[in-house]
Amino acid sequence: MQNVAIADQPDHLHDPQTFVTKYIYSQDHKVIAIQYGLTAVFVGVVALVLSGLMRLQLGFPDTFDFIDPSAYLQFVTMHGMIMVIYLLTALLLGGFGNYMIPLMIGARDMVFPFMNMLSFWAYLLSVIVLLASFFVPGGPTGAGWTLYPPQAILDGTPGYDWGIILMLASLAIFIIAFTMGGLNYVTTVLQARTHGMTLMRMPLTIWGIFTATVLGLLAFPALLVSAIMMMLDKTLGTSFFMPALVSLGENLDYSGGSPVLFQHLFWFFGHPEVYIVALPAFGMVSDVLATHARKNIFGYRMMVWAIVGIGVLSFFVWAHHMYVSGMDPAFGFFFATTTLIIAVPTAIKVYNWILTLYRGNIHLTVPMLFAIGFIFTFTHGGLTGLFLGNVTIDLPLSDTYFVVAHFHMVMGVSPIMVLFAAIYHWYPLLTGKMFNERLGKLHFWFTFLGTYAIYLPMHYLGFLGVPRRYFAMGSTDFIPESAQSLNASITISALIVGLSQLIFLYNVFWSIRNGRPAGHNPWGATSLEWQTPDVPPRHGNWGPELPRVYRWAYDYSVPGAEHDFIPQNHPVSAAEQTSGEHGEHKS
Amino acid sequence: MTIETDKNSSYAEPGIDGMVADWSADKQNFDLPWGKLMMWIFLLSDTFIFSVFLTGYMNVRLSQTDNWPNASEVFALEIGGVHLPLILIAIMTFALITSSGTMAMAVNYAYNRDKRKTVILMAITALLGASFVGMQVFEWSKLISEGVRPWGNPFGAAQFGSTFFMITGFHGLHVTAGVIYLTVIARRVGRGYYEDKGYAIVEITGLYWHFVDLVWVFIFAFFYLW
Repeated sequence: MQNVAIADQPDHLHDPQTFVTKYIYSQDHKVIAIQYGLTAVFVGVVALVLSGLMRLQLGFPDTFDFIDPSAYLQFVTMHGMIMVIYLLTALLLGGFGNYMIPLMIGARDMVFPFMNMLSFWAYLLSVIVLLASFFVPGGPTGAGWTLYPPQAILDGTPGYDWGIILMLASLAIFIIAFTMGGLNYVTTVLQARTHGMTLMRMPLTIWGIFTATVLGLLAFPALLVSAIMMMLDKTLGTSFFMPALVSLGENLDYSGGSPVLFQHLFWFFGHPEVYIVALPAFGMVSDVLATHARKNIFGYRMMVWAIVGIGVLSFFVWAHHMYVSGMDPAFGFFFATTTLIIAVPTAIKVYNWILTLYRGNIHLTVPMLFAIGFIFTFTHGGLTGLFLGNVTIDLPLSDTYFVVAHFHMVMGVSPIMVLFAAIYHWYPLLTGKMFNERLGKLHFWFTFLGTYAIYLPMHYLGFLGVPRRYFAMGSTDFIPESAQSLNASITISALIVGLSQLIFLYNVFWSIRNGRPAGHNPWGATSLEWQTPDVPPRHGNWGPELPRVYRWAYDYSVPGAEHDFIPQNHPVSAAEQTSGEHGEHKS
Repeated sequence: MTIETDKNSSYAEPGIDGMVADWSADKQNFDLPWGKLMMWIFLLSDTFIFSVFLTGYMNVRLSQTDNWPNASEVFALEIGGVHLPLILIAIMTFALITSSGTMAMAVNYAYNRDKRKTVILMAITALLGASFVGMQVFEWSKLISEGVRPWGNPFGAAQFGSTFFMITGFHGLHVTAGVIYLTVIARRVGRGYYEDKGYAIVEITGLYWHFVDLVWVFIFAFFYLW
């Protein structure tokens, strides 16, 4: 071969020896993945605590002295930004992307391991800069996670001087980190697949992560540029986003900028970001469902094209976040249309998941419970999306709790359900131990039912017209007293769900030492990551020889086969030759 | 590059059928070294950055109520008593485009394993790039001395200065990074670091450099000529 794969070079070339090179400055994709994962979970817990504080204020106003309106807005902002970017994006792509790509496509590592390591360290720096804003004068920014100017940088918004600058700097560093990692993921998937691993034999997990990474590489530039422009508006006094305005009775020096420009740039990033989070989740849930239903994924090709189609369409829907921004109403028609078109591939995926379950040999393991839970939460979140995608229905509902309920169901809870499914599913591979099944199920029921206890009532609050991001409702005529009792019940549910995550953390850390050994491939999965010679996989993943792939990743319950699954690296037997396109070995 | 006709390469089949066969096969999707593909993808991402910058600039410019300064007058120089509009930008553009030529020659000599000529041509490329940045410094200081600031200027709309400093500054950073990149790679080429690994790295550096030039052409067209 002209381009000798680094991954095919002998293992000893880059086998680390000391503790530091093995676990800290490691270039092994698995260690980097776990570093990404632990950091993301840590900031995620911070954001979870912030949401608990917000709920305390909303459920029991005038009870907690330390939450004033400024602090409340800061909690809202930091909760949103951390959850969307520093938890979900980082954990799904930096964590699972790093761990799964080389293992599932049969490579020894990412194509450029050193850059991959840099990616994590830059990510860690962005997290430190972000968290530093809690300790600067004025605290973190309270502009809302969308950071809309002009208010984001004006006196009167909490954190308008230090907080917003640290936030923008942290985002820029995060984008650099993501770019270094993302280039690696894309190049690895395109160039470093093992023999026999054609694109149409890749597990859907890889398709989801791959497409999401491409989206990230094309969408994050818009966020980077808007962060730079807003930073200049704040520090140098330029007026990209700042119109002429009067603040606290004084004429400001700004003039001639366009706040709507920021909204366009932000959402040109922001909407693909939804799919950067959703597509890896779609992919992983497909694999979990197929494995635990002992059945091939229904409509594999359609699933792949749906992922790609959603990815492409996601760049043409951004302004549905801006129906009330005052842009040309004709845009509303266009963007409502594209938004509803994107529901088609999404619905295809949901039907295919359900058809995968249909007459499957369903094992109700913990990962399967979470995966099925995801189908529920995602469908409910998706249906409310149809309300908000239509301009006329969106106008009265926008900026109410209906919106909060919608996006928490569809891009908050749903990816989190998949993340739990994925963590439980791959836990035996990561640690070599089995988690405690009973605690896992307890965790599932608390989380799943709690989710509905929290978000279902929020839809009603939204229909009542309760506005979001308000510190307290006060005495407003159109909001009945009962809304407050609903709020209190939501808060209690939220606290219970938040606390029940301790079960998960306890289970994960306790089982590393005390779980029973899981052995090879406890779920009987077909994809390559379970076929490594060692569990957990060693540095270099595959021992002396790379695996060879003969079939797709979904040969479950094949008639006449010895087991109810056939791993991807098992050669096709003569009896199978007639069984269909996916078993066929093309040379 | 033209499609490899090497017998060992299985990427030779032309046409759409060949493309489909390649993409659905179990081989590398692009017959390129990994680093080169990675640079292409990075440049695609960077293209989006500059596109967003230029789109933002157009939006800001079109929504101005104040007068937009006349670029050919603002960027004019008096040389020997003659009034020459855009003369400095013309020289800068010429220097940068020339450097693309020397870079392409360096790539050619690198693949022919002529280390000496490669290093010389890369050094010339870096020097032309550095002179571009130097002229940009001159241009910036001239404008600053005339009172142009990111937050306002005596000629018209304040956004003229904001977009000018931001976009040319961001591009200037790219050129500066490119000069450093070229210098590092040229040094390594000179020391024979790539004798075993092959000289694709020179072409990868070249890709970045040509991209920076290409972006400049767009900035030139949209900022100075419009």
